[in-house]
Amino acid sequence: MRELALHILDIAENSVNANADLIRISLNESTITDKFSISVSDNGKGMDEEMVKTIIDPFSATLTTRKIGLGIPFLKAAAEACNGGMTINSTINKGTRISCSFQHSHMDRMPLGDIVNTITMLVIGYPDIHWIFRYEFNDNLFEFDDEFFKSELGDLPLSEPSLISFLRSHIQEGIASVKIY
Amino acid sequence: MSTVKTLEDLKRIREEAIEKRKAKAISGEVQVIVGMGTCGIAAGARDAMKAILDVIEINNLSGIIVTQTGCIGLCEKEPIVQVVLGEQSKVTYGKVTPEVAIKIMKEHVDGGKPVQSHVITLT
Repeated sequence: MRELALHILDIAENSVNANADLIRISLNESTITDKFSISVSDNGKGMDEEMVKTIIDPFSATLTTRKIGLGIPFLKAAAEACNGGMTINSTINKGTRISCSFQHSHMDRMPLGDIVNTITMLVIGYPDIHWIFRYEFNDNLFEFDDEFFKSELGDLPLSEPSLISFLRSHIQEGIASVKIY
Repeated sequence: MSTVKTLEDLKRIREEAIEKRKAKAISGEVQVIVGMGTCGIAAGARDAMKAILDVIEINNLSGIIVTQTGCIGLCEKEPIVQVVLGEQSKVTYGKVTPEVAIKIMKEHVDGGKPVQSHVITLT
C-alpha cells in the first residue's frame, strides 16, 4: 500500500470486524511540529495483551486459531522508518485505539493519498456504523460526523447517485478549507 | 460553505432521490458488495469501489446499494465484487480492476447479464 489513506481504510476495516458501531478517524498534519499523526479508535470488542502483541508481530504468534493480518505490521514499519511509531491501546469490551505518527517532512513518508474516497467508501459501505472523521492541519479543524447526514436522510441508502457526489464534495471541500499553508 | 446551505441542499437531494427510487422500486433491489480486507485493499479494491460509485454517479443509477465486506478467504482472487439482483442468487467476480468493475456495472447491474469472463465459483 502506497498511500496512508489505504492504510487508514485497512485499519478501519479491522474496527468494523471488531463489531464496533462507532469509529473515529483522526488525522493531524502539522508542518509546524513536523508531524503527521493518524488515529483510529472504535468501541468494538477490544483485544487482550497477547492479541495486541500478536497483531503487531504476527510471525512470533503462538496463536494458530485466529486469523491474523499483515496490515498493522506494515504500517508500523512504515511509521518507524519515518522517525515515528505506532501504539495500540485496547480494552476487552471497551474498544481499541491505534495511533501512529510520522515525521511530516521525511523523504520516505507515504503521501496521504485519496482520503476523500477512503472516507466516502467507509461511510457508504457500512451504513450501520457511526463514522466521525476529523482532519486537522496546523490547528485548523474540519470535522465530519455522519450522524448529521443520516438523521436527515432516514433510511435512504447513501449510494444514491446524488448522495455520493454530495458526500464526496462535502469532505473534499472540508479538507481543502483547512489545508492552508 | 455554511451549514444551513448544506442542510438545505441535503433536504432537496433527499426529496429527489426518494422520487427516483419510487420509480425504480418495481425492478427489485440491487446489491453490490466489495471485499475490503487487507488483501482486497492491497489488490486495488478501493479503486474498484471508486469505479462502481463513479458509474452510479455519472449514469445516475438509482436503487443500487453498495456495501463492503471483509476478507472472504479468496485473497488470490481479489479484488472481489459480488452482485445480487433482486431475488436472483449472488454472482461473485474476481480480479475486478476498475475497467472490469465498469463492465460489471453496465452489463450486469444495469443490463441484467453477468460478465461471464470474470465470474468465479465459490467452493
